[in-house]
Amino acid sequence: MSEQKKYDVAVIGAGVVGALIARELSRSHIRIVWLERCNDVAQGTTKANSAIVHAGFDAKPHSVKARMNVDGNRLMGQVCEELHVPFHRNGSLVVAFTEEEVGTLKSLIARGQENGVPDLRLLSKEELHAMEPNLNADAPAALYAPTGGIVSPYELCIAAAENAVTNGAELRRNYEVKTIDTTEEGFLLSNGAEQIAASLVINAAGVYADKVARMIGDETFTIKPRRGEYLLLDMSMGGVVDKTIFQCPSPMGKGVLITPTVHGNVLIGPSAEDIEDKEDLDTTDAGLRSIQTAVKKSVPGFAIRDVITSFTGLRAHDDKDDFIIGASEANPRFVNVAGIESPGLTAAPAIAKYVARLVSAILDDPPKKADWNPIRPEPLRLREMTPAQRKALIAQNAAYGRIICRCETVSEGEILDAIHAPAGARDIDGVKRRTRAGMGRCQGGFCGTKVLEILSRELGLDPTQVTKFGGESRVLVGKTK
Amino acid sequence: MDYELIVIGGGPAGMAAALEASKNGVKQILILERAETLGGILVQCIHTGFGLHYFGEELSGPEYAGRFVVQVEENPDITVKPDTMVLDIVPGEGSHTVIAVNKADGLLELSCKAVVLAMGCRERPRGALNIAGSRPSGILSAGTAQKYVNLDGYMPGKEVVILGSGDIGLIMARRMTLEGAKVKMCCELMPYSSGLTRNIVQCLDDFGIPLKLSCTVIGVHGRERLEGVTIANVDENRRPIPGTEEYVPCDLLLLSVGLIPENELSRAAGVSMDRVTNGPVVGQDRETDIPGIFACGNVLHVHDLVDFVTLESQQAGKGAAAYIQKGTPAERTFIPTKGVNGVRYVVPQKVDKSAVEPVKLYFRVGEVHKNAQVRVRCGETELVKKRRPRLAPGEMEDLIVKPEQLASLPPNAVLTVEIVK
Repeated sequence: MSEQKKYDVAVIGAGVVGALIARELSRSHIRIVWLERCNDVAQGTTKANSAIVHAGFDAKPHSVKARMNVDGNRLMGQVCEELHVPFHRNGSLVVAFTEEEVGTLKSLIARGQENGVPDLRLLSKEELHAMEPNLNADAPAALYAPTGGIVSPYELCIAAAENAVTNGAELRRNYEVKTIDTTEEGFLLSNGAEQIAASLVINAAGVYADKVARMIGDETFTIKPRRGEYLLLDMSMGGVVDKTIFQCPSPMGKGVLITPTVHGNVLIGPSAEDIEDKEDLDTTDAGLRSIQTAVKKSVPGFAIRDVITSFTGLRAHDDKDDFIIGASEANPRFVNVAGIESPGLTAAPAIAKYVARLVSAILDDPPKKADWNPIRPEPLRLREMTPAQRKALIAQNAAYGRIICRCETVSEGEILDAIHAPAGARDIDGVKRRTRAGMGRCQGGFCGTKVLEILSRELGLDPTQVTKFGGESRVLVGKTK
Repeated sequence: MDYELIVIGGGPAGMAAALEASKNGVKQILILERAETLGGILVQCIHTGFGLHYFGEELSGPEYAGRFVVQVEENPDITVKPDTMVLDIVPGEGSHTVIAVNKADGLLELSCKAVVLAMGCRERPRGALNIAGSRPSGILSAGTAQKYVNLDGYMPGKEVVILGSGDIGLIMARRMTLEGAKVKMCCELMPYSSGLTRNIVQCLDDFGIPLKLSCTVIGVHGRERLEGVTIANVDENRRPIPGTEEYVPCDLLLLSVGLIPENELSRAAGVSMDRVTNGPVVGQDRETDIPGIFACGNVLHVHDLVDFVTLESQQAGKGAAAYIQKGTPAERTFIPTKGVNGVRYVVPQKVDKSAVEPVKLYFRVGEVHKNAQVRVRCGETELVKKRRPRLAPGEMEDLIVKPEQLASLPPNAVLTVEIVK
C-alpha cells in the first residue's frame, strides 16, 4: 500500500447519477473523490437505455420514484441548458390498441395527476392520428404527456463529469473499489493497490450497488440486472414518429417504445429479461427479433432497415421495487443511491439535489463556493455551424478544417477538444461519444484508424496501447513482420 | 466561375475523369480529395492484379494509381486539393457550387460549370448485420484492417475469421496469412461467393483456407477483446440451421459483407438514385438527372475491377467536357434500360438514342449460372446475344449496343438485358 489520500466524500460510480451527484456536491467546499472502475464515465446503464425523459405517470404515487421522476423532469431543462446537452421536450404518447386499454390509459392519467404531472390528456382517435399519421390506424386513443422528452444520456453524464471536474471534483478512472474498511474518521477504500480515505461514501455503483453495499455489511437490498435490447436506426428512418411512442402496458408486458433521438435517429426497444450476470451485455437474435415484431404493433407499416447498431443495456432493478436513496442502515455515513432503473435518467437531476442535501446535513453544512461555475461550455460542432461560423472557426484554428469523420462531419479540432477536456476521452469509444466520430453509417470504418492515431499522439500511447473502451479492448495486437 | 470542372474524389475514377476532360479541351479542372494523397483505396491495395484489362500487365494498386497520379501532377489544366472534404454541392442553373473545407484554405465555396462525383464506396459495417453477442474490440471491416496492416504496419489480430467473401476479405485472408496470422475460415452466407474466382483461388485455395458457403456468424463472444465466434450453416432462407452451431476461437473477425456507394453528397444535392445500385441514375455519358453533374466509378455502382472504373470514368470526363463546351443538346431522346430474368441492374440506366459511339451496358446477375446466354433486346427484337460459360454475382458483365441499332429503335423503346437459359 503506497500513499493514502483523504477526502470528505467518495462518490463511487460515474454513470449519469454519480456524475450529477458529483457536480451537485462540487457547489460546496467539499473535497470530492469520484471513483470509476472503467476507463471512462458513462460506461454502464447510462450508455445503453431508452434516452427518455419520462413525464412521471408510470411510478406508483408517493413512491420515491414518482417524486424524483416528476422533480427530475422539471429540472432537466435547466440542467441541460447549463451543461449544453441536447434535450428536446417532444412529448410522449401511450397508445391504446383496444377499448379495454383505453381504461388503463384513464387510470394512468389519474395516477399521473396524483404524482403532479402537468397537462396530461386523453387524445381521441382523430387527434392521435393527426398528431402521428404513421401510427396503427386502429389505435382508438392515446395518453398525451407534453412534458415527456428525449435527451442524450451519455452526453448528459459526460457534460456533468466535465463540469464537476472543472469545479474541483477529482475523477479517478480505472479505480475499482474492492474493499471498504470502516475507520474512526469514516472509510478506507481500496482497489487493492491504493487506499483512499473518505469521511463519507456515496454508493452510485449501478448494477453493482449491492456488491459495494456488502463491503460495509449492508445486505438490505439486491440488484438484479434486467436486460434490455435496442436497435438504433439510421437518420434516413427519422421522421417516422415525432413523439415518443409507448405501448399501453398490458398483462402481456410493458411493450416496446419507438422514439426519435436527439440526434435524429430512431430508437426501438427494449426487450426485458431478468438475468444473473452483471456483465452480460450480449444482444440476442431472439431479443432483437422480438422488438422488431413488437414495434409493428405501434407502426404497422414500419419497414426496419438501415440499422446502424444494436445494443444491450442492464437496468439496475432492485428487489424493493423503488429507488433506494439514503443513509445505509449499516452506517449513517454511507449513502446508497441504488436501484436507479427507469425513470432513473429523468430522476437523476432531482436525485443529485436530494443527495447533496443529505451530504450537506451529514457534513454540517459546508459553505458554498462563491466561484462555482454551473456552465459546461458548449462543445464546438462544425456540422451544426453556418458557413460563416465555420469559416471563422477554421481561420482561428486550422485543426477544425481537417475532417476526420466524414459521415458525421467531425473535425480534428473537435477530437482534440474531446481528448483535452476535463474528464476527457481516453479511448476510441470515448471520442465517439463526445464527438460522434464513428457513430455514423460507416461505424468508424474510415475514421477509426485516424482517431486511433490521434489518441496515440495526444495521450503519448503506443498505437497498440490504444483501446476501444479501456481494459484489454486494444485494437492492434502488434507490428507487422 | 472558379473552375470549369470540379471532380470530387481523387481515386482512380476521379483521376481518369479529370484527365479525360483535359484531353477533351477542358482547361480549369480541380480535384478535391479527402485523403492526404491521390489514389483512393488503391493506395492500400498493395497486392497485384490491377491493370490486366487496361494496361495489359499486372500491377499493384499503388502502381496502377501511380500511372495516373503522374499524369495528373504533370497536367497544367488540373489542380489538386488534398486533405479536403466536400460538405455540400449546391446545384444551380448553368453553374454549380461546391462547398469544401481543409486546413490550408479554411472553408471553400467554389463555382463551376460541371461536377464529377467520384467519391467511391464504403464497407458495410457490423451494425447493419445485427450479429448477436457482445461488443468487444477485434471486429473490423476488411478494408480498415487492410489500412492498419498495409499502411500503418500494425496487426489487428492473430487468429482470424472472415465473414463474407467479398474481394477485400479474400485479399485480406492472404495478407494476414503472409503476416503470420492464422486465418481459420471464410464464411459466406450465400451459396456462392461474391468475390472474383481468381481471388478465391489465389487467396483462399492456395493457402488452404476453407471457404464455408451457406454459413454465417451468429454470435460474437468476449467482453473486452474478441475471444471467439459461433458460426452456423443457413438454410435456403438464410436462417441458421439449429444443430449446426460451432464455436471458433479467434481474436479478429473481419467483415467483407458488401460495399455501399457513398452518395450522401449526391442525395443532398437532389440527384435521382437507382435503388438497386445505390448510385445515381445516369446516361451513357454518366450524366445524372441534374445537368452538368456526372458520376463514375464505385459511387455509381460497385465495380470489381479498377480497369472498368477507369474506362467508365473516361466516359464521364468526356461527357463533362462536352457539357462544358456545348451545354445540353436541345433535343435528346433517352431509351431506358432494364434488367430482367436474373439481371439485377443495368448501368447506364438510360441511353441517348442519338449516341455516336457504341454503348457498353454494364450489368450484374443475381445468382450463379453455368453455360448461359445473355442478351439485349427491345421488345421481341434481339440486338445482341452472347454466350457466357459462367455468370456470377461477383463478376460484372457487359454487352455492347451499336449506335445504328439505337437509331433504329421505335419510340417508347426499352432496352432489356436478360439471361437466356
